[in-house]
Amino acid sequence: MSDNATVNIKINDIPVAAKKGDSVLDAAKQAGIHIPALCYLNMHDLEVLNRPASCRICVVEQVGGRKGKLVPACATFVFEGMEVRTNSKRALHARRTVVELMLSDHPTDCLTCAKNLDCQLQTFAAELGVREIPYEGEKTNFEQDLSSHSILRDPNKCILCRRCEAVCNEVQSVGALSAVNRGFHTTVTTAFDTPLIDTQCTFCGQCAAVCPTGAIVGAAYTKEVWNALNDPDKYVIVQTAPAIRAALGELFGLPAGTDVTGKMVEALRRLGFDQVLSTNFTADVTVVEEGAELIHRVKHGGALPMVTSCCPAWIKFVEHHYPDLLDLPSSCKSPQEMLGALAKTYLAEKLGIDPSKIVSVSVMPCLAKKYEANREELGDVDYVISTRELGRMIKEAGISFNDLPDGEFDSFMGTSSGAGDIFGTTGGVLEAVLRTFYEKLTNKPLEKLEFEALRGIEGTVIKEAEIEVDGTKLKVAVAHELRNARKLLDDIRAGKSEYHAIEIMACPGGCIAGGGQPNHNSSEEILKKRREVLYSVDKNKSLRRAHDNPEVKKLYEEFLGEPHSKKAHDLLHTEYVKRSV
Amino acid sequence: MTENTCQDHGQLKEIDDFIDQLEKQGSLDGKLIAILHKAQEIVGYLPDEVQTHIARRLAMPPARVNGVVTFYSYFSTVPRGKYVVNICMGTACFVLGADKILEEFSKQLGIQAGQTTTDHMFTLNALRCVGACGLAPLALVNDKLYGKITIDDVKGIIQEYREGGVGNE
Repeated sequence: MSDNATVNIKINDIPVAAKKGDSVLDAAKQAGIHIPALCYLNMHDLEVLNRPASCRICVVEQVGGRKGKLVPACATFVFEGMEVRTNSKRALHARRTVVELMLSDHPTDCLTCAKNLDCQLQTFAAELGVREIPYEGEKTNFEQDLSSHSILRDPNKCILCRRCEAVCNEVQSVGALSAVNRGFHTTVTTAFDTPLIDTQCTFCGQCAAVCPTGAIVGAAYTKEVWNALNDPDKYVIVQTAPAIRAALGELFGLPAGTDVTGKMVEALRRLGFDQVLSTNFTADVTVVEEGAELIHRVKHGGALPMVTSCCPAWIKFVEHHYPDLLDLPSSCKSPQEMLGALAKTYLAEKLGIDPSKIVSVSVMPCLAKKYEANREELGDVDYVISTRELGRMIKEAGISFNDLPDGEFDSFMGTSSGAGDIFGTTGGVLEAVLRTFYEKLTNKPLEKLEFEALRGIEGTVIKEAEIEVDGTKLKVAVAHELRNARKLLDDIRAGKSEYHAIEIMACPGGCIAGGGQPNHNSSEEILKKRREVLYSVDKNKSLRRAHDNPEVKKLYEEFLGEPHSKKAHDLLHTEYVKRSV
Repeated sequence: MTENTCQDHGQLKEIDDFIDQLEKQGSLDGKLIAILHKAQEIVGYLPDEVQTHIARRLAMPPARVNGVVTFYSYFSTVPRGKYVVNICMGTACFVLGADKILEEFSKQLGIQAGQTTTDHMFTLNALRCVGACGLAPLALVNDKLYGKITIDDVKGIIQEYREGGVGNE
């Protein structure tokens, strides 16, 4: 029997042709039958799996024997002739009891919880019609961890699904979180309960992205941003990262994959921002700077491979785990920080505004960007809000997002090439850099701009490409998820790496799946649609090379001089810090 | 909670030597618990520093080591007495009056189960079945087993150690 063999089962009397090896949960999904699941997490292409079968909310009744039996659908596998009832009285009663028991030790502050209306526990309690919590008992009383600027933890809201532990340990290989203690005292926390800010946490935020409750959420800065917007003495500028436009619409009921660039810009204007700028512009600047750095390193025997430095979670990861390899990441600041630096210097000069009056806000798909903005050596960006926070601000202001006309970014530091636009997906940064690198070195136009080999989100596969430049072969690789970064770095350490350049993004699929994005409920379909938005934005532009961006050219002509110049270095480059585990 | 005393390097070195030995015999995969046992034997308990040290040696996140240490009741993250008195509360011992024995130890030592005397001589614990039911009721002092004990034996057992007589030190 092959692996694709069909297994005939019945779910709620409906015949279902399941695949051999499928769980009842998988089979039910294919048959259009919804079974709630909390601990179960399965992103197939990305090879992300958490199946402790511990929450028991997916309990179903397996028919057979004298009485049938209750089994967890996520961890019970199909066999020929199997009969399952997902909605029998017994199954539903058991499922409701499971939820009631969870709620018996769960805070009831849903109305003021950051995850209100975006919480899976709340959703399932509502779906199951839980109207009372018949169990009363001891309540856990753990301390919250509010130590970081990125991720806030309230273990009292934790249901011990351990999804966060799975992504932190297996997907990211960071290992900041683990379950400790046992029985009623079990909690998921850091080693010795150390505040998150003092651990090796990279603030990638994937724990928050998969948390089904309000136990792990992003730190919020909307209040500070409102205050700045309402302060007549402040000049408030905002930048939006490439991945925001690909996901923001989901918060307003638009289908995944809707490009809402124009509406997003208009909404920001209506919120009262004085300048609406694009991080994609500084993504283009990054390409030019990083491209120049790569050329310099290749020509002058600098440290190779050069690794991209846009992703702050990856940077913190390399600082902790590979402090001996800190000469590899490009010294370029991230596009967020480049824009922050340029806004308070060049733009302030151009607009004739006192830099001390500028409040610099950025909208990021990422929780690590909040941490990055608070790094000691950086700090030109004042407040970082997530895509979700921007959505909330738009709703709070009563802006009818879906009815908005399309706005345009401000004319300086708002224009971007398609190269900058694809920064938000895995493979995008390197593709953008290669377009410039090739043309700058050869002075010939690159015939095919798409580097298909670098695209895609299949998990443990490290994507590679070779590009021939003037007879020299340049080998490059792309990794997303930090476990894959680890493989590349271990090879480098062992002297087995032949790459010239590597792109690393911490989140599965890149920034489109960042910890600050709308909840995608682990749907790879949604991630693929977000990615397609970025690639189609690029494809539909005539401006597709970062070095052709007229605003970038002007920036160098008027202000920075040459790429990699001293002034560019002072403003746009940074240094890294050795850290321990 | 945990005392963060600087471990003397001798103790850390002893742990390292043990890990080196294990490494010579093969992979260190799956050896964490054995190492933690040894470390607790050497140090007396498993302070954060020792856990972190072991985590680094095994290239494992400290959080995971901490998870294992806090899961098993055998491991202690707080200093324990020189002599750990474990009273078996398994079924056989219990029906033969282990609770009374524990009570007597508690009275004599002036501490409850789970606590350590202020002079750091004794820690008192209740254990589940140790698998020596033929000797019920029983007490363990470090590695030494006292079987078929009565309430009247308790004072004598404590006395043996107060006088610094036996044990593994």
